[in-house]
This record gives sequence, structure tokens and C-alpha cells, in this order.
Amino acid sequence: MPQIKINGAIRNVDADPQMPLLWVIRDILGMTGTKFGCGIAACGACTVHMDGQAVRSCITPLSFAAGHEIVTIEGLGADGEHPVQRAWRAGNVPQCGYCQPGQIMQAAALLKQTPKPTDQQITDAMAGNICRCGTYVRIRAAIKSAAEAA
Amino acid sequence: MTTIMNLSRREVVGGIAAAGLILGVCIGSRQGLAQAVGAPERAAFQPNVYVIIDETGLVTIVAHRSEMGTGIKTGLPMVLADELEANWSRVKVVQAQGDPKYGDQNTDGSRSTRQFYQPMRVAGASARQMLEAAAAHLWNVNAMDCRARNHVIVHVPSGRQLAFGDAARVAATLEIAPPDHMELRFKPKSEWRYVGKSVPIVDLDDIIRGKATYGIDVVLPGMKYASIERCPVYGGKAVRYDAAEALKVPGVEQVVEIPATPIPSGYNPLGGIAVIARDTWSAQQGRQKLKITWDFGPNGTHDTTAYRAQLEATAKQSGRVVRSQGDVDGALAAASRRISVDYFVPYYAHAPMEVPNAVANVAEGKCEIWTPTQFPQQARMTAAEVLGLPVEDVTVNVTLLGGAFGRKSKPDYVAEAALLSRAAGAPIKVTWTREDEIAHDYYHAICAQHLEAGLDAQGRAAAWLHRTVFPAIESTFQPNVTYGSAGELQQGVTDMPYAIANVRCENGPAANHVRIGWYRSVYNIPHAFAVCSFADELAHAAGRDPVEYLRQLLGEPRKLDFAAMNVDYPNYGAPLDMYPVDTGRLRGVLDLAVGNSEWGRPLPPRQGRGVAVHRSFLSYAAAVVHVAVGEEGQVAIRRVDIALDCGLVVNPDRVRAQLEGAVIMGLGNALYGNITVKQGRIEQTNFGDYLVARIDNAPETHVHIVESSAPPGGVGEPGVPPIAPAICNAIFAATGKRIRALPVDPAQLKLS
Repeated sequence: MPQIKINGAIRNVDADPQMPLLWVIRDILGMTGTKFGCGIAACGACTVHMDGQAVRSCITPLSFAAGHEIVTIEGLGADGEHPVQRAWRAGNVPQCGYCQPGQIMQAAALLKQTPKPTDQQITDAMAGNICRCGTYVRIRAAIKSAAEAA
Repeated sequence: MTTIMNLSRREVVGGIAAAGLILGVCIGSRQGLAQAVGAPERAAFQPNVYVIIDETGLVTIVAHRSEMGTGIKTGLPMVLADELEANWSRVKVVQAQGDPKYGDQNTDGSRSTRQFYQPMRVAGASARQMLEAAAAHLWNVNAMDCRARNHVIVHVPSGRQLAFGDAARVAATLEIAPPDHMELRFKPKSEWRYVGKSVPIVDLDDIIRGKATYGIDVVLPGMKYASIERCPVYGGKAVRYDAAEALKVPGVEQVVEIPATPIPSGYNPLGGIAVIARDTWSAQQGRQKLKITWDFGPNGTHDTTAYRAQLEATAKQSGRVVRSQGDVDGALAAASRRISVDYFVPYYAHAPMEVPNAVANVAEGKCEIWTPTQFPQQARMTAAEVLGLPVEDVTVNVTLLGGAFGRKSKPDYVAEAALLSRAAGAPIKVTWTREDEIAHDYYHAICAQHLEAGLDAQGRAAAWLHRTVFPAIESTFQPNVTYGSAGELQQGVTDMPYAIANVRCENGPAANHVRIGWYRSVYNIPHAFAVCSFADELAHAAGRDPVEYLRQLLGEPRKLDFAAMNVDYPNYGAPLDMYPVDTGRLRGVLDLAVGNSEWGRPLPPRQGRGVAVHRSFLSYAAAVVHVAVGEEGQVAIRRVDIALDCGLVVNPDRVRAQLEGAVIMGLGNALYGNITVKQGRIEQTNFGDYLVARIDNAPETHVHIVESSAPPGGVGEPGVPPIAPAICNAIFAATGKRIRALPVDPAQLKLS
């Protein structure tokens, strides 16, 4: 049975090794913060961290994820207090909120790798994450604010 | 007319049967509503706003409108809490189920604040005065000396205090009657605590922690997952299918046919073959193994290239006259200069980030549903209809909506889940794929328009002819509907606000070939695109600055007189005396946007600014857009100044957020949105080929909101319509190339 480490816990998963990590997380493990948006890595709603890197869980088979450290929005910051989450709260970023876990995971991975990103680096890192409500201006501002707070 | 009743000890609201004060407020004529929704005759008193104050002082406010990102689940309770003098930190908001007892729950048309601002105030003020009366009774003092202040009742002369919870217990026990209309006292604006101040949305923290529950997140014990293959052509049906291979996929448990609904299919399911499995992935895998033979039906030849040509040809001919003033033909013939142009806007898909989905559990002759819906009562009725159940036996729980934009006011996906749950004998979650969502949407109407104007020797517009041709939304619900309704034509055609003596507006027929539905801002999108672009064309033809020319077109501040124009003007369902079409307010937002922008300042080559102003959903919006056009014709939006006059503002930060979002959606409509059809099949499949705006498109955005005490108008939609024309007007300023068809084709803008 495939085994994954997710948010610090080892979980045995009774599923087809080809099943995308997204559906493993949502349907098998019952964690619903990671969202389905497109299924083809074109929108970023399903973004999680694999060994600290942002990956699209909708195209990451369970077999690829096995043996790696997976972190979802539920495990990002202790008590939801990751600097990116704080910046998101302070900036009142979400509208409908559906894409925001993916946006936050993508932003957190960016700041881990590039603590003081330029505008262009923010744009490049976030261009794979769609928000149909159009919160982009606030996303950009929140990332800058999180970078300054760090 | 508003009626209030003390329902303590009689009513269970949202599963709460707390000891304390339960107040129901009934707004408007419920009789008309009961007839409209087909509800049986009900008791005379049908409250639709609920507030509960329990003995601990916790104030529970029922949100009966759907939260899809506008902030309405926060905004309306703010209004009630403010009048109640409640402490916002002691307020809990619960989402109402779909039930006619809540009145109109159809969350569309940017009308929640407009329709429910006043009832929420009445509910809050009534509850406050009842708590004051209860304290007065307890202390045996004059109620006029008792005043609610931030969650306590204060006896003003003595300074004595009573907590809200204690007052509520007294109010409930004594069955204190609500104040009548004459006795109601509203707080003066100077004492407002929340209205007009920015309050974070109630779900903010849950969203940021990934704990917010959307429909797609609902899980029931024993629940199974379904994925449905539908006919790629609207109106087609399965002739036969072979499920053998699908059933061999591990995890797949059952294959069920959902019968096709004859077209027009309205709110009902399209039909298809559903694969039911133990998880979403297995259902999708099984679905790929289905072998289905389709009868594609009458729309198998629908082709947007040919259909567009047909709509454009229709727009060249006279249509049904929907507005007429003066002598347009005579004025055109006498004009010094005559300008004649055509505009085109394609089909769009909604593409909310959360795809259509629903969980249904049909058991023991009843059905319970959890779903993201804008229209919970319709979801309930549609589910009841397809199941053959009385509507009372269907419960609809409304979750958060991960975007909607009009898509989730049509509950076809809810009915699918209900039918499959009955077939499976288990709770079922139906989750559409993104491909399903793009291929089987209720599309924003494709639209061709023809405009003509005559200018006099000074360049002033003397004649205006506007013809619009589009498939009507009603054609999704009724056969043989080919003309637009007054409600569709009011959206930027019959309310054309320019001061022009000779005006004629016409509407030509268009046949329906796909499901057409409401999409954020609806017919204002194509009509504002044409009208606001044409105003710019006239300005350039007259050799005038577009802003100056627009001011002249708007003329002296006045209210449009629709009777004089022979116009049937529904005004978004609102009375014209309260919400007139006021050109002075159009001028106001135009001046506000222009004044804050850098209009008139010189720009480098290939850059330009464009302007547009438009009223929709009873609010007034103007935009100034600054674009830069690259050598390959790529359009970058550098800056947008958007101004809104929506009357009274409840939650300013959420109004700003809606306008920031409107800029992005308008930008996506202008630059990318495009659904095309070949042989009846939608050619786009997912975000790889149905493009939407991303962060690299997001401009520097400046939002300017008019301070106003006018009655509240719409906020969610009015920001979108001026964006596309302002962008295209800016492109003209930058390149001299006029864009008359969306989406913008960069090939036309290449540096030659």
C-alpha cells in the first residue's frame, strides 16, 4: 500500500498509484482545503508543497508523491499563522476564497525560495494561479507585505 | 410593507431553537412571491429575515442570500447588527436553507443590498427597541430612557445596564410585541458603527486556513462519487451505450443513464451516462471507458463562424423597434457626416474556479442536498420535479460558492445528483470536470450590433441608430424565442443616455443553439462595448477629445423620460422615481475617474488612454484605462481608474474588491474570452484554450467610490461593462486601430 507523509504524519493510502495526489488528499484522506480547478495543472487551485516546492497535485500521481514530504494548506502554518496567511488576512485578499489556498501555497513556496521577490518574480511565480474573482492586485500586495514582514 | 413578529418559542431557525428572542421580519407582499414560486397557501405571516438573540447574548443573523465572493453574507448582517447596536464580535452569521419563507433568495442581478438594506435595518431597529422595552419593563422605567449601546441596554438617567442576553430572555418571556412602523426609530448616520466602514468577511479566517466549506467539500457517510458523460452537442441524447469496460475500472460501482431533457432544457439536466465510483478519480477513469452512441439532434450543425455571419446580416436589416425618438432616417440623411459600424462580442463561459457540483441524499422518500447555488429555491424545485417529490420533501443546504458569475443560478447539476442518489440508493457527489464546465455551460450570449450616427457640421451627434441581435436567455427556457426581452434590451440599448434628438433602437431575431444564461453584467457587456466604443468613434470623427465629447453627449444633467421614448423600461425591477436613469450621476463618475487618472498627459508611442461610462444594475461606473501595445500587437493594461456611484455603500472594502475584480473580468472578456462552436461542439476545453486573465494582466488599479446617501444600487456587476470599451478606446488612442470585435486580435495591432 502506498505510503505518504503529509503535514508531518505518515499515511497509508489504499488507492491506485496513478491516482492524482489531489484526489488522494480530498477523497481518501478527507482534507478539503486543497481544491480542484482544472485537472491539467493550468489553474493552481490544487497547489501543495512537495519537499518545499509548489506542485500541482492534480497531475502528481500518488506514486510520485510517495516518499516525499507533502504539506497542504491545513499544515502550512501553526494555527493558520504562516506569514503569508497573516498577510492575506490583513489585506482582505479573498473574495469567494476558493482559489486562495492554492494562491497561498504558491506564495509561501515563492517566499521560501526568494524571500524578497521583485514584482516580476511575483508575477512569474503566481501566473499559474487563476483567480476568477480577480484578487490579483491584493495577492501581489499581500506577498510584498509578507516579504517585508519576514 | 414590512411586518415583524416575536417568534420566540415558536420557531426553529437554522437548527437553532435557543432560549431567547427570535425575531422574524416579513418584507413586501409574500402573496405575490408565494404565487411566483408555486408554494401552497401559507399562513399570513411569513418572515424572511431572522435574528436570534440568545440568553448568552450571542446574536445569530440568518444570511438568506448566497455568498459567492461579493461579501453579501457579511454586508447584510452588518446592516442589521448596526441598527441593533450589537457588538460585531458577538454576532454569528448562519446560512439559510432554500425555503420561500426567506423571500427572494435568488442571488443575482446585483440586488441583494438594494432589496434587503431597508428590511435589515427594520429588523435590527425592531429587535433593539424590543430589548429596550424589555429592560424598561424589568426596571419599571420609561422605555424612552433605555438605550441599546454596544450589546448592553443602558438606563440613561441612572446609568444602570442590562446585557443583551438578559434583555432577550425578558423580551422572549414577556412576548414583547415589536414596535409598529410609526414607532420605529433608526439610528442617525453619525451613530453608525459598521455601515460605511470596512468589515472583514465572516469567512475570511476559514478561507485562509483552508477550512471553508464549498459544495465540492461536502462529505457524507457512505457517499459515492459520480462523473457524467454528456452529449457534446446541446439537445443530443444517448442512443445506446456499453458500460462493460467502465465497470471493470477498479473502484467503479455502477453506471446510470440520466435521461436527456428535450430542448430547451431550462434548469433541467442535459442527460448523459453517469459513472458512480468510490472516489472522484475512479469515476472519471471509468467514464473514459464508456462507449456511447449519440444522436446529436438539431444543433449538430451549429457553427459560430456561420452563425456570426447570420447575426451580422440580421443586424444590417431593420428589426423590431424598441425605442424611438424624432426622425432618425431624416436626420441621418441630413447629416454632414454619417458613420456606420458593426460590433461583435462572442459567447463566453463562466468558468468559476469551483466547478458545478452537488451532494444529494435521497432516502425514505425525501431528498437532502448540499450545493453551491445562487438560487436555492429553484434548486429545490428542480430537484423535486425530476424526483417527482413534493417540494417540501426536498431540503437544500447552501454552501459557500467558489465563484458563480451567474452559472450557479441554474441547478441542472443539483438535479443530476438527486437522480443519481436515488438510482444508487446512497449519497452521491456529482463533480463536473473543467472540461464539462466549458463544454456544457449556459453561455453568455453571442451578439452582433450595427450602429449608425449622423454628425452635424460642428461634429455633434444628431442621429443615433442601434441594432442588436443576440439569442435571448428566455430561449433556454421556452421554444421559439428569438427576440430579446425588455429586461435584456434595457441593458445598454433602450437606456442609451446621450442627449441626441433622433434615436432609434432595434432588435433583430436570433435562433438558439446552445444554453444561454446570465453571466456577470449580462447584456450590458456587448451593449456597453458597442455604445461606449461608438461614442469614442464619434469623438475622433469630430476631432474632439473623447472625454470632452462624452460630456457633451451626456448633456445637461437630466433623468431619462422613457415614456417619451416609447420604451418599456423595467429598470432592473426597481421603481424609476427611486432609481432614475440620471445623466448627472453618469457625468459624476466620468469626472471622478478622469480627474483621478492622468488623462491628457502625454504618453510614449504605442500607448494610449481610453474612457467609458455606463449605468447598469442601478449604479453608475466609469473607467479610464491606460494601455501599451507591443510590437507584436500584445496589449498590456498599465493602469485603470474606475469610479462607481452605487448610492449608499455598506462595506467599502468589499465594494473596492468588487471593482478590482470587475476590472480583471472585464479585461479577460476584452482580451481572451471566446467560446467557438464547430458541428455543435464547443471547441474550447479547459484553461489551456479558454483563456482568462491572470496576475500578469493585472493593472495598477485605482478605485474611486462616490460618497452618496442615495438608495443602494448594484455593486457586483456594474464595474464590468465599461472596461472592455475603455480598453479598446485606449488601443485606438495608442495605435489608430479600432477594435470592433472581441476578443482583441493582436494580429490586427502588429507594428507594420
